[in-house]
Amino acid sequence: MKSLLLVLLLSLTALSATAQVQVKDPWVRATVPQQAATGAFMHLSSPADARLVSASSPVAGVVELHEVRMEKDVMKMRAVPGIDIPAGKGAELKPGGYHVMLMNLKSQMKEGEVVPITLVIEGKDKRRQTLEVKAKVKALTTTGQGETKKH
Amino acid sequence: MRRFSKWPWILLLCAAAAGCGGDEPKFNGIDVTGADWGRDFRLQDPDGRTRSLADFRGKYVMLFFGFTHCPDVCPTALTRAKEVKRLLGADGERLQVIFVTVDPERDTPVLLREYTAAFDPSFLGLRDDTDATKRTAAEFRAFYEKVPTGAGYAVNHSAFTYVFDPQGRLHLAMPHLQSAEPYAADLLVLMKRTS
Ligand SMILES: [Cu+2]
Repeated sequence: MKSLLLVLLLSLTALSATAQVQVKDPWVRATVPQQAATGAFMHLSSPADARLVSASSPVAGVVELHEVRMEKDVMKMRAVPGIDIPAGKGAELKPGGYHVMLMNLKSQMKEGEVVPITLVIEGKDKRRQTLEVKAKVKALTTTGQGETKKH
Repeated sequence: MRRFSKWPWILLLCAAAAGCGGDEPKFNGIDVTGADWGRDFRLQDPDGRTRSLADFRGKYVMLFFGFTHCPDVCPTALTRAKEVKRLLGADGERLQVIFVTVDPERDTPVLLREYTAAFDPSFLGLRDDTDATKRTAAEFRAFYEKVPTGAGYAVNHSAFTYVFDPQGRLHLAMPHLQSAEPYAADLLVLMKRTS
């Protein structure tokens, strides 16, 4: 009986470690009518080490995790297998860094609309959990700098 | 005799360098005045007309390469160009921003028009077939490369903005990591020097 309780308690804490991943200021860059791809940006934080391993969205045929880097004045974009969310430190998905790449868009992303995105988060114990995010579509001209300070 | 004949040479050199007095403001970008590259381009506008630098006489041209599948660096460059235009005030009307796609397969004329207009109606998108795009990039010593990203592909590319005077002469290559203010400051310096 005692051990059963312990197992229950342990599994509960393991569950909460991934459940406590928090998303702040998720946004998607608006597109023009025939544009087939855009990026989603957000801040992820977690009390325990976690990792964003994949994402999906009903608005896009293909969703990937990407990283953009400037290498000697060359812009390089590549797919990454996951984005680490270190405990307490979090992960910033922002222009000039990581983004959730939404490709084969099924419709235009219009400013002000809300885009649902499902994130798959993996805890240190490899346990996976999904997180539903509602990202706001922001103007194509959004720079991503000081976005959190605005309100 | 020898001593005196030196002087005209020094004066000429000063005129060419335009900086002997020390009061000439410096550029934030890379001064490439007189370069034997980046001389011209021949590309299609969204209406299918062939455009070259001669079409923009009287305008300060800011040109850069990019692609609309780019969620990050390209919209940042276009947003900065819009901000530069605003910072220049009335002089902003003398600016022509040109976006050359390195992804002509996906960036159709219609898409290119919509895309640049979303930033500023005066911005112009240019495209052409793969060969012409390659030639143009080579002329501007720009690098680009199609790379797979899982399901799709990205086009890695050098992210300089090239600045031309109203006679179509290349003066500046501005790095991507600079903000709108140094861009606008350089344009003002260039406008002073070339007006
Ligand atoms: Cu991407």
